[in-house]
Amino acid sequence: MSRQALLCALGLAAAVIYPLVAPNYLINIGMMVFFVAFIGQSWNIAGGFAGQTSFGHVVFFGTGAYTSTILQVTYGWNPWLAWPAAMLAGGIVGWVIAFLSFRAGLRGSYFALITLAFAEVFRILANSVPFTRGGLGMLIKADQRPINFQFKEPIWIYYIALALCVISLLIAWQLTRNRFGARLVAIRENEDAARALGIDVFAEKVKVLTLSGAMCAAGGTFYAQKYLYIDPSIAFGVDKSVEMLLVSMVGGAGTIFGPLIGSVALTAINEITRWLASVVPALKNVQPLSLVVYGIMLVLIVARLPDGLMGLFRRKPRHA
Amino acid sequence: MLEVRELSKSFGGLKAVDQASLDVRQGEIVGLIGPNGAGKTTLFAAIAGFHAPDAGHVAFEGKDITGLAPHRICAAGMVRTFQITQPFAKISVRENIMVGAYFRTADRKLAEREAEAVAGIVGMAGQLDQMGADLTVAGRKRLELARALATGPRLLLLDEVMAGLNPTEITEIVQVIREIRNSGITILLIEHVMQAVTSLAERVYVLNQGRMIAEGTPAAIAENAQVVEAYLGHGAAKVLRA
Repeated sequence: MSRQALLCALGLAAAVIYPLVAPNYLINIGMMVFFVAFIGQSWNIAGGFAGQTSFGHVVFFGTGAYTSTILQVTYGWNPWLAWPAAMLAGGIVGWVIAFLSFRAGLRGSYFALITLAFAEVFRILANSVPFTRGGLGMLIKADQRPINFQFKEPIWIYYIALALCVISLLIAWQLTRNRFGARLVAIRENEDAARALGIDVFAEKVKVLTLSGAMCAAGGTFYAQKYLYIDPSIAFGVDKSVEMLLVSMVGGAGTIFGPLIGSVALTAINEITRWLASVVPALKNVQPLSLVVYGIMLVLIVARLPDGLMGLFRRKPRHA
Repeated sequence: MLEVRELSKSFGGLKAVDQASLDVRQGEIVGLIGPNGAGKTTLFAAIAGFHAPDAGHVAFEGKDITGLAPHRICAAGMVRTFQITQPFAKISVRENIMVGAYFRTADRKLAEREAEAVAGIVGMAGQLDQMGADLTVAGRKRLELARALATGPRLLLLDEVMAGLNPTEITEIVQVIREIRNSGITILLIEHVMQAVTSLAERVYVLNQGRMIAEGTPAAIAENAQVVEAYLGHGAAKVLRA
């Protein structure tokens, strides 16, 4: 067993044992870490590996959250069955957005902006169409039984978040060792060269955004089931898009563990600043303090650590 | 093997390529020369599917490939390299070449083995773990060649693989190109380095201001007054004859 594999096994074991010994509020924090790492990874697959930076990934998140919630609340579906349907919807939205923007030849910041526009359009639509109940939002009836994807004990929702995170890590790991992943990296590094080498750039980009959209939508359903309430600004708000992008960039875009490390770092900052604000009277009015620290951190990362925190661990490339 | 007929491509008011025709036969090394801005790279790009031509057609092995997307042309068995090298900067040489090798196989182990074999052919066996960004100019040119080769083409379009190399490096890469041809791959190359063209190519086409002005053996081309005037200049013609 290699050193990395051993580290992964130890990390996983620790994550499994953690909720057995931690108090409930710490279990919740752990759950959020894995959940954000999961949706961050969905961003990372398209934005990090394939270099298709999106500012509006929340469009998939919200699509997932609304699809499963509507199916459940309005049509009486079981949430476990609504979950794959939500992923399908997220995949379709990813496919459509990718098809339209890449067919139009949008790259780089233009693509990023068009995703942002799509997310805003979806938010406004969710606010105005009848079947989402507009700005009132949708409430899922609380009935805490596992069959309803609702749990009395936080440990179970923690384990589901952990499982999602592990699955997303496995997907990212596969991308570092299969042809699809190699093609995505080639597209990120140089689209023209990729094209010359026989890669159907358009098809691969559509594929990756479909996959990413489906994953992100799975996160949306998870979120709705955890909080039992969604409204347009929760489901399609810009801050979630930023969060996904931020954890990937901070941890290391295009790396397997980037989003997870970024999620741990940002959650730690979040908790520490909250604690600081409660004990240091001078900071009481600087709210939310975490945003200030996020900002500073992002500037430092972009300026000093373009490969994110993962860049600290990676060995330097050999020079001839 | 490759037939280009009266191909034209304009950008705005500029006729970059104007009714250019050329033929490449199986097993040849054919040179395409011309002064700066003659339209050589545009012609290449139009042949390889990077620009849709305005008029004319391109046939490869008897099939019409005019205006097909680059990946389809690559699938047909023709692949280009870039004059301005385009390495995948943040991945290793091995991974760079594997992107090409993945064209023929989805299996990672096979692609890796293929990449290593190709690296051997172009003399990069010792640089497999270097990052694309860390290569010298000569290394990047070799990498362009290696990646293209790894897709398993029958016809290679090489865009100035020798530009920016020193004489020793040129001698080395000329040798590599000969070996590639001897392995059964036909080559069409754009070149500025005359020494290389004369020693490599059996036939040469000369493009000037988008038009094909001459075709023949390197020696005949060097004698051609029109070519000398357009491109070589009197001094260079004398040097070539010597």
